[in-house]
Parts: sequence; C-alpha cells; structure tokens
Amino acid sequence: MSIKLEHINYVYSPGTAYEKQALKEISLEIQQGEFVGIIGHTGSGKSTLIQHFNGLIKATSGALYYDGKNIYDEGYNMKELRNQVGLVFQYPEHQLFEVDVLSDVCFGPKNQGLSKEECEERAKEALGLVGLPEKYYHQSPFELSGGQKRRAAIAGVLAMRPGVLVLDEPTAGLDPKGRDDILDQIEYLHKNTNMTVILVSHSMEDIARYVSRIIVMNQGEKMFDGKPKEVFAHYRELEEVGLAAPQVTYIMHALKAKGMDVLTDATTVEEAAEEIMRSFHD
Amino acid sequence: MIRDITIGQYYPAKSVIHRLDPRVKIVCTLLFLISLFIQKSILGYLVATIFLGAVIYMSRVPLKFILKGLKPVIVLLLITVLFNLFLTRGGAELVNFWIFHITEKGLETSVYTGIRLIYLIMGSSIMTFTTTPNSLTDGIEKLLHPLNKIKVPVHEVAMMMSIALRFIPILLEETDKIMKAQIARGADLDSGNMIQKAKAMIPILVPLFVSAFRRANDLAMAMEARCYHGGEGRTKMKPLVYRGRDRAAYALTVLYMILIFVVGRYVPFHIWIF
Amino acid sequence: MKMVRSEKLIYEYEKRDEEGNVIGMNRAVDGVDIDIAQGDFVAILGHNGSGKSTLAKHMNAILVPTGGTMWVDGRDTKDPMELWNVRQSAGMVFQNPDNQIIGTVVEEDVGFGPENLGVPTDEIWKRVEDSLKAVGMLEYRNNSPNKLSGGQKQRVAIAGVIAMEPKCIVLDEPTAMLDPNGRKEVIRTVQELRRKKKVTVILITHYMEEVIDADQAYVMDSGHVVMHGTPREIFSRVDELKKYRLDVPQVTMLAETLRKKGLKIPSGILRTEELVEALCQSN
Repeated sequence: MSIKLEHINYVYSPGTAYEKQALKEISLEIQQGEFVGIIGHTGSGKSTLIQHFNGLIKATSGALYYDGKNIYDEGYNMKELRNQVGLVFQYPEHQLFEVDVLSDVCFGPKNQGLSKEECEERAKEALGLVGLPEKYYHQSPFELSGGQKRRAAIAGVLAMRPGVLVLDEPTAGLDPKGRDDILDQIEYLHKNTNMTVILVSHSMEDIARYVSRIIVMNQGEKMFDGKPKEVFAHYRELEEVGLAAPQVTYIMHALKAKGMDVLTDATTVEEAAEEIMRSFHD
Repeated sequence: MIRDITIGQYYPAKSVIHRLDPRVKIVCTLLFLISLFIQKSILGYLVATIFLGAVIYMSRVPLKFILKGLKPVIVLLLITVLFNLFLTRGGAELVNFWIFHITEKGLETSVYTGIRLIYLIMGSSIMTFTTTPNSLTDGIEKLLHPLNKIKVPVHEVAMMMSIALRFIPILLEETDKIMKAQIARGADLDSGNMIQKAKAMIPILVPLFVSAFRRANDLAMAMEARCYHGGEGRTKMKPLVYRGRDRAAYALTVLYMILIFVVGRYVPFHIWIF
Repeated sequence: MKMVRSEKLIYEYEKRDEEGNVIGMNRAVDGVDIDIAQGDFVAILGHNGSGKSTLAKHMNAILVPTGGTMWVDGRDTKDPMELWNVRQSAGMVFQNPDNQIIGTVVEEDVGFGPENLGVPTDEIWKRVEDSLKAVGMLEYRNNSPNKLSGGQKQRVAIAGVIAMEPKCIVLDEPTAMLDPNGRKEVIRTVQELRRKKKVTVILITHYMEEVIDADQAYVMDSGHVVMHGTPREIFSRVDELKKYRLDVPQVTMLAETLRKKGLKIPSGILRTEELVEALCQSN
C-alpha cells in the first residue's frame, strides 16, 4: 500500500493578490513500512504536502495514488483514505475535547462506525501503544501534563488503525526527555506494526537518528530525496535554504579539514564516536 | 474559505484618507450612511457616487479589494433586492407573468435598495480599510469620552474591542486548523439534519473555546507584565489632534450633506431612467 | 549590585479535586535561593513542570511568593506599593508569540508599555524607534503582527519590553514555539541587546545550546535548584542532566562518549572548535 504522487501542483487562493504556488511538480513514492522524514524551513510547503496525503487539500493538478488508486477519481472513498492515512497535526493536544481521555480517543473509531465495545478496545490498544498508563483513561484530557496530552492526541489518530501515520512536528514545545520519549515510542510503533511513518521535523538531529529516508522541501519543490547520509552530504546547499546538517556532521568536516583521517558522513553521535575511535586506532 | 472575508481588515497604504483622524472617518462615514437614506433620486445617487468614488480614489485602496468585501453579503443583498422587486406594488405594471408581478415602483425601490446597501457596505469598508482597528477604537473612545461622566467604562470597552479585532484572524486560522484535524479523525461536518450538524460542531467548538480562554489568560498576563492598569494615568503614542486636513474633510462632508439635502428636496422626486 | 535575588522562595497553590474542594497543597517552587548580578546573562534550565516558569513569573510580580522573599532591583515584590516599579525594572517576554502582542500594528504594540507608564508622546515615539532598531525590526513598524514569522513576532515582543527601559529582561521560554531559524534569530537579538544596552538577561529555556554563552546557569527540578554553576561546569555533568530530563548539545555528548571510550578530552566541551582542538592535540 504505497503513496505515489505524480506531478502534484498546488496553488493557494488562485486569482487573488495572495496567489502563491505552494507545491511545484512534486513526484515521489513512499512504500509501505518506510520511515520517512520531511524537512524544510517554515513556508517550504511541507505542511501543504502532508495534507495532500489524506486528501485534506486537493492538488490543483497532478495525481495521487494510494494503494494504486487515484484519489482524485470520481467516486473515490475519501473517508476510507482518511481512515488509512492518519494525520497528526502540530500541537495535536489542542484538538482534545471530550470529557475523558478514553472517549476522546474513541472519537476516530466512532466516526468509522464501530460499536462502542470495538471503539473502546481500539482506544485502549492505541493508548497502550503511546505508553499512557491506564490510570489516566478516565481523567479529563485537560488535566494531563503537556507530554501526556500529546500522547493522548496521537492515540486518537492511532485508534483508527491507519496504515500510514503522518506526524507534523510531534515534539514541538516538549522538553528533551519528552521529545525522546515520543520519538522512541514512534520508532517502537514503526518496528512493531509495519506502519509507514512520515515525520515532519525541524530538528536535523532527530531526523538523522530515526528515519531511513529524508525528503527535503524548498519553496514548494522537492530539493533532495535520499538516505540521511546522502542528503546531509549536501550540507552547504541545505544551509543556503535555511536548513542545516546535524551538529556532528559539521564536527566531522572540521576534523577532516584539520587533517584527521575520518569519513565525514556520520549523522548521529554514535556514528561519529565510532568513526573517530576508528581513526585513532588505525 | 474563511480567509476570503475582507470586511474589517486594514489595507496598509499611504493616502490622505489613511492619515485622517479616526474621529473624522467615523463621523463622516455615519453622515454618508445617513445621506443614503434621506434622499431618493437619481441625481442624489449620482452625487453620492461621485463622493464615494472620490474617497475611494483618494484612499488608494484598489476597487477590486473593496468589491471583494461585498462577496460574503451577496446572498443577503440579492434577497433584499428580490423581495423589493416582487413585493412592492405601485405605478404601472411592467411584468405580469404567472405569480410574478413587477411594478414600476417595485423596480425603482429594488434598484435603490440595492445601491443603498452596496454603498453602505462600501462606505463603511472604506473606513475599516483605511483605519487600523486600534486607531478606530481610539476614535470611538475619544468620541464617547463624555459618557465617562455617567460611569460608562469607555476606555475598557475600547480596549476590549481592539483586542477582539486583533484576535479575529488568529482565531479564524485556528478554527480552520481544528476543523481539518477533526476531519482527519473522520469527523463528518456536512451531512445530517440540523441537530446532527450542531452536534458535529462540538469537537470544534470545545477546543476553540479552550484555546480562546488560554489565549485570553496569556494576554492578560502579558498586559499586566507591561504595566497595564486601565486608562488612568495612561499617555498616548498617537493622541488624536485635529489638523488642517481633518477640518477640510469635515467641511467637504458637510458640503456634500447640504448638496444631498438640496438635491433631495428641490429636484423632482423621480427622474425615470428606464 | 544585585538585580534579582531570592531567599527561600516558596510558591504554593491549592490542589483541588473534581468538585473544587481543596485536597492539598502543591509546591511549584520550593525553597529557591538565586542571586543574579546586574548585567549578567543567566540561564534557568529545567524540564516542563520543573518550576522554572513559576519562578520566572515571580521576577515580574505576576506571582508573589507564598513563602520567602524575592527582591528585584532591591525592591520586595510582595510590596504592593512597588508593583509597577518592579514590573518596569524587570520586563518579561513570554513563550507564545501570538498571545503577548496587543497592538494590531507593530509600532503601536511597542508603544503599549510606555503608554501605560505615562511616558510623554514625543518620548514614546523616540523609544519605539530605538527599540525597533535595537531588535532589527524598524522596517516592519507599520506591518500587522499577524503577517510576521514567529521569530519576528518575538523580536517585536522584546522591543515592546525594551521600550519600557527595564534594567533586566526575563525571557520565559521565548523560543519554545519557534523553528531553528527563529530560535537563532531571537537568541542573536538578545545577545546583541545585552552587548549594546548592558541589560541583565534571564533566559528560561530547555534548549541547552542557547545557554553556552551564559555567565551562570541554574538547573531546576521539582521546584528546587538542583545544579548551579557556569555552563561548562553544568555541561560536564551529562548523566546528572539526563536525570533531570535535560540534554546536552551533540558536541558535548560526542565529547563525553569519546571520553568514556578512553580518549583524553577535557569535560564540559561546549563548542565544535573546542572538540576539534582537543582531538587534534590528543592525536
């Protein structure tokens, strides 16, 4: 069940003074089970792009295939697509509204037309997946801490059992531990459910640590698409568009420039440490 | 969709109209609105059109932008015009077809009502396009200042208005976002009967209210941190002082009012154009 | 000269059950002693819920201690007579850029503080212009704040505080909602202000890379100050920081990992150049 975009263009408020081409000729394919990171500075089109994945925004031109079917064909079941492609927005806790956590998480499954028992079963499963302990199930979502609210909100999307999970900056505003906890949980999910995970993030360090493929957006265009090592090798070009490589990549380049015999493609602390130790032992 | 609403937005430009004292703009807009209702003749509307046209021209706000402001009220406008067209009786019958009867008087009233409403909206939007919400509330505050004596909290009301104006675009954007997020969770906002539709709004309204309260709380704290303590002892960055151009604007508007009055009174009531 | 000082500061609030009955007391800040000299750049670190924001709100008398004392520029914040003086000498910038801008035009917002202080009109204009210039936002003076980026909005908020001519600026997680570019923009602005205007800067944050230039740093956890020292001293205690749900910049982490693997590198490395230097020497 892949997502495939062919020549997607999207124009905001066409015919007005605010007209802006937000996406230009985007073609890409994401396979089932991939863990993909999308990076780009604010306004690069990445949020617009991910809203195409579940049909919230309809492309001005181009085609988007989910599981081989063009979602812009007449009679295509958009509701089913939204069940399949779960989208977690930035600050998702701002969408919580129910009296208790469990009923809030049930909102998605309820909209899918499932019975009360099934809804609760799925909600509990989802809350388990995000690691929210049972004692919170019957508390008001507004009484939880920031990190817990975020988990509850992500569970609200997971309870729909999507095949693809898209997260727009799931760690924004969290403290370092809260950030690591959420990302570890997402990684765990990805490993154990074969779910496709698409992660939008501003943190190159986080992206480098978790994903196996990076798509770089700039001014509505796809700038790079490849493995983290390949993409971060272009760190100069990334800087030109307001992005950067992880700090360790710069350290490796600085060491190399000083004459140390190291490979410069490390993107995580572990890789960098290993590479430096290797060069010391040679 | 929500972004299309232009009424109440400020259009930054450097024009005489932009620089006018907000009190002038408020008073003159009111006079202009009154002028639309005290006369009913082609010549009168011609004078009003010239006046409005001149103001729009001087304001440097593109006409297209002003006309866009009519879009959200177009349905209301059409209904009013059609009601007048079909329901007003009097004069010669122009059309008589099945249940439709259009009379001379009906045609006249509907055309005039249409023009009136359009001018009314255009006239007031020129005011909001050329005046920042803050100076608008400043103007209202100063104009209503005498009410302070009878214990009306004029400053507080004006401050509340200006804050509300600042947060409208933010809350609209937020509504858009919450709607999208709930649709992504399978919410169905469009189908069903009235009650079902109202119920479907709960997942949007609750987060919106929670957010509005959170913002209000934050803002109150930020205002206090910046030493806000009501209108007492407060100075103004932009105090309202009448200048030459403001007096000229008053004079011109008064002249216009006299003209409208004269035209309405001494020029034959209807010069028929059809 | 002490700018901000606290002694055994305690802040308690009532914990209530669903019916609104008081079921106990919560201590958000518990016996905190801090001491910040005029002109210093001080960082207060801590995870969400550690009490750092509650402490910050005491510096502006938005909250007053339920126990102990807080002095700002020598004034007891509990004294109601000193309230406006305290707020004027310690200006505050908050986390959410949208929720602290009052004006609908940039310059009007910056003028809001001076207006409240009763500053004469001509002087307000001068201050607004100076402040906007100081944060590099002068060319946006007639813009609507809604059309600015997050980093720009925070700079406007900083200008709004500067226009009140405070001796001290307290920034309560000013970068938490910004992207990396916005974050850099705000931190750069704060550092420039410090250089040019010699104001005391107190930065509350959990982004560790923002504090490497600080003169001193406090780390808070469950209402207490648990670590205090220069950034270098604090960053050399990586394991302890992790215990308090914090993190260190990648370069510090890498240096620490290499040290554990047996390389001779000094602890508390803060910058890329320092690590490169250290590695080249031990090679």
